[in-house]
Amino acid sequence: MLELELFIPATINGLTNGAVYAVIALGLTLIYGVLHIINFAHGSLLMLAMYGVFFLYTLFGIDPYLALPIVVPTMFALGYGLQRGVISRASHGKDENILLVTLGLAIVIDNLALYLWSSDTRIIDTPYAFATIEFGPVLVSTPKVIALVAAVLIAVLFWLLMTRTDLGKAIRAVAKERTGAELVGINVDHVYAMSFGLGIACLGVAACLLLPTFYVTPHVGFAFVLIAFTVVVLGGMGSFMGALWGGLIIGVTESLGGLYLGESLGQIGIFVLFILVLLFRPTGLMGQRS
Amino acid sequence: MRKKVTAMSRRQFVSGTAGTLLAGAASLGFPGIVRAKTSVRIGLVHPVTGFLAFSGSQCRTGALLAIEEINSAGGIHSMGGAQLEAVLGDAQSKPDIGAAEVEKMNEAGVAAIVGAYASSIGLATTQRAARHGIPHVVDVCVSDTIVERGLQNTFRFCPGYGTVARTAVDNLVKINEAAGSPAKTVMIVHEDSLFGTGTARLLSSALPDASFELVDVIRHPNPTRDFNNIVLKIRAQKPDIIIPASYYNEYILLARTLSQYKVRPMAIYSVLGGTASSYKFLKEFPRTAQFIMDCNHWYDPSHPAAPELRRKAKERGLFFTYELFLTYCATRLLADAIERAGTDDRAAIIGALGQSDWSDHFMPYGPTKFLNGQNQGARPLNTQILEGDIKVIHPAEYATADAIFPAPALG
Repeated sequence: MLELELFIPATINGLTNGAVYAVIALGLTLIYGVLHIINFAHGSLLMLAMYGVFFLYTLFGIDPYLALPIVVPTMFALGYGLQRGVISRASHGKDENILLVTLGLAIVIDNLALYLWSSDTRIIDTPYAFATIEFGPVLVSTPKVIALVAAVLIAVLFWLLMTRTDLGKAIRAVAKERTGAELVGINVDHVYAMSFGLGIACLGVAACLLLPTFYVTPHVGFAFVLIAFTVVVLGGMGSFMGALWGGLIIGVTESLGGLYLGESLGQIGIFVLFILVLLFRPTGLMGQRS
Repeated sequence: MRKKVTAMSRRQFVSGTAGTLLAGAASLGFPGIVRAKTSVRIGLVHPVTGFLAFSGSQCRTGALLAIEEINSAGGIHSMGGAQLEAVLGDAQSKPDIGAAEVEKMNEAGVAAIVGAYASSIGLATTQRAARHGIPHVVDVCVSDTIVERGLQNTFRFCPGYGTVARTAVDNLVKINEAAGSPAKTVMIVHEDSLFGTGTARLLSSALPDASFELVDVIRHPNPTRDFNNIVLKIRAQKPDIIIPASYYNEYILLARTLSQYKVRPMAIYSVLGGTASSYKFLKEFPRTAQFIMDCNHWYDPSHPAAPELRRKAKERGLFFTYELFLTYCATRLLADAIERAGTDDRAAIIGALGQSDWSDHFMPYGPTKFLNGQNQGARPLNTQILEGDIKVIHPAEYATADAIFPAPALG
């Protein structure tokens, strides 16, 4: 079963899936890198973004890709507001409180979604949902190729933002040394909220990339968030390039594992790889040694 | 300090005793009036959150619709019009939580339980209910293990996967033979919990006996995020027939990915849970759904009560799925047993269920007759999506259309 006819499309497919994992993980890693917390509400906020894309399509006829300029800023604003209005206020600056607040948020958002939209599985039928690109005998789903390109773009944009802008410098400064950053006049609360907002904005991108091929339910976040946590740890907590590479590696491992070991057993590949990386590079592939 | 008076005077004693005796005599003479219970509690355990949430919610609604109808028709007449009161439980798509819900329901004093949609959850809830002697009517769970453990409290209205798999293979042979036996190879795609694995195992042993070559059996977890690999394998092996046995969310991803990769076998023949028994899928993806066949729980299309329930479901913005109508029937079956038992005593209800010959339903089963907890007349029907609707194509006495097999080529 090592035919190239299967191997090549499965690898490409793994890369395209991994790209979406990477976008979700980018947000998670940014929030971890700056706020030093794991955002347990990440899956729930992804679900909210997916409902947003779904309703924009069904109520207003806005295509998921064209919804990007609406969903991404909305998610950013939501993230910014949540950090400033809820998380920072309720946690009183203690990391363990922040964890609990995000966990509480996840429970509230999930149940609110269940109450508002029921547990119904919803999916949209775009004209290009079934489109494929042919490379000889290899067929690749068009929406997935778009997701791959978009994910790489997002990672590059993030890298530029962090290295070339004042905001990026401020974020890095706060991430490294909070008190020092405060002393040189950086508004730490604003930087925290900006980081959280940007992390959540990533979920808006992921939602727009996912919806043409995936369904949405109030529990859809669980399907992605565990894998995103794995990607973050594998790539190195707080590392953007690590998240991108981690996502792609996990995507390909999952895809080839599924192909050769079966979909149920194939998931093992991800965790074997995960354990190996942690054994030999405890800080992750691109994580910095503390 | 005042002394607290606790002693009873002679007059109080006489009047109190007389009152008690009178009430006792009256209750013996007019049991229905004086001892009437105003309500009978029924536990509904379903996975209304988690990955099975859609199906679990459909089940819950079906049961609630039945309870609503029974109550508005005067409740349980033999108990002086006692109203049925639903005690809701959420199994969260996990068997252990389902079992914990049964414990809570036992504490709440339910007379019986209806549940639990998924086989793995039903296995846990029936066993836990048996420990407390609570009658448990199984709505949709198809694993035959559920009725093979000798549990006296467990009664399943619908067919198990043994019956469904046998019927599915028999009918597939008939449909294939009627078309001149063009199909030779089959591939099974199934979810990896109790329902999918059990169904696939039964089909895997029955298909070669029916002269089909089984080219591959592919299992997938819940949730599966992506079906591309599975469809790549299907594309490479080109089976004549694909048999999926998966839950709804995974099923839609599989069906869409098959469409995307332009894989059109002679038939997509779903066993238990497919497009050809889902008005929801049909409405959302009419093109993808076209010509798909199912062997699944389905109602007698000539029975007038089914369209009536379908209308009620539609009024609530719900689709008329087998989860909904099977749980509706299971709840009515239980109400019939309580009616005949004339009490909410658990043992009496178990006895009444064991003697059940309930026929006031729209399923193609005939009057109920339980042997070891399994309704003997229960059987699936074969359906196909034709002309934008779900048609029954097999057996002949229920058929509303002729099967189209092999499916026409794409285009």
